[in-house]
Amino acid sequence: MILPGFPEAAPVAGLAGGVLIGLAAALMLLGAGRIAGVSGIAARAFGLADSSLPRSGAWAFLIGLPLGALLVTSQTGAATLAFAGPVPMVIAGLIVGIGTRLGSGCTSGHGVCGMSRLSQRSLVAVATFMATGFATVAAMNALGIEVLP
Amino acid sequence: MMREILVPLVSGTIFGAGLIIGGMTDPARVRGFLDLFGNWDPTLAFVMGGAVLVMALAWMLQRRMQRPAFAEGFSLPNSRDITPRLVGGSALFGIGWAIAGLCPGPGFAALAIAPASAAIFIAAMFAGMFLVRLTEGPR
Repeated sequence: MILPGFPEAAPVAGLAGGVLIGLAAALMLLGAGRIAGVSGIAARAFGLADSSLPRSGAWAFLIGLPLGALLVTSQTGAATLAFAGPVPMVIAGLIVGIGTRLGSGCTSGHGVCGMSRLSQRSLVAVATFMATGFATVAAMNALGIEVLP
Repeated sequence: MMREILVPLVSGTIFGAGLIIGGMTDPARVRGFLDLFGNWDPTLAFVMGGAVLVMALAWMLQRRMQRPAFAEGFSLPNSRDITPRLVGGSALFGIGWAIAGLCPGPGFAALAIAPASAAIFIAAMFAGMFLVRLTEGPR
């Protein structure tokens, strides 16, 4: 399906992926009684956060992420995606690590789990990281900085 | 205990499948979504919309449950304070997300498609988290 005005958009795949992410987060909530916030789970797995989630469970969730991606690419074939080079990757990773710890969450915890609960903290967090995300891409475009090959 | 591992493993696997199907693991797709003032690609709004819709239903169910299906009790965030830390941290996160087109979940999922790039991102993210822990101590 093509979205009028946005020839590159993939709304059906987006929605399908979103529903799967929602189901995964729902399983975590209704099954394990916890928020499927990846940054928090990663910090827990790394031993950098105190949480009642067992570290083994945190690692199990993290290992599942590439496992699920692998299940999909084994069926569809791996798409050739372009990733940033090592220097921008290190800068981005550092900022994401610092930001998600200070901000207590990322796209999954605040975005998927918090917004659906109408958490005001999460709504503020999402509005903030969307705004700085838009501004960063606009600034990189204006300065002619291209990190993706 | 088995279920302490099985539930997160299954959840993470479905999560990772959803991330790659929805396009969250494609940095160009993420950049397109964040390029609001340029050639905007709304795909990730559909990802977020679908996920939030399902989770909104899950929260309705959660309110009727005494305890989760496979654990002793719910362990959910209950802070309500809008702090400079929350806003500043989120602002930083948005900048980092935009630079490489990766957030934490897709960073791990991308281990399946571009292991070297993903490993660099994850190592740097760990370093960033470690820095916060180092300066603030346990919290």
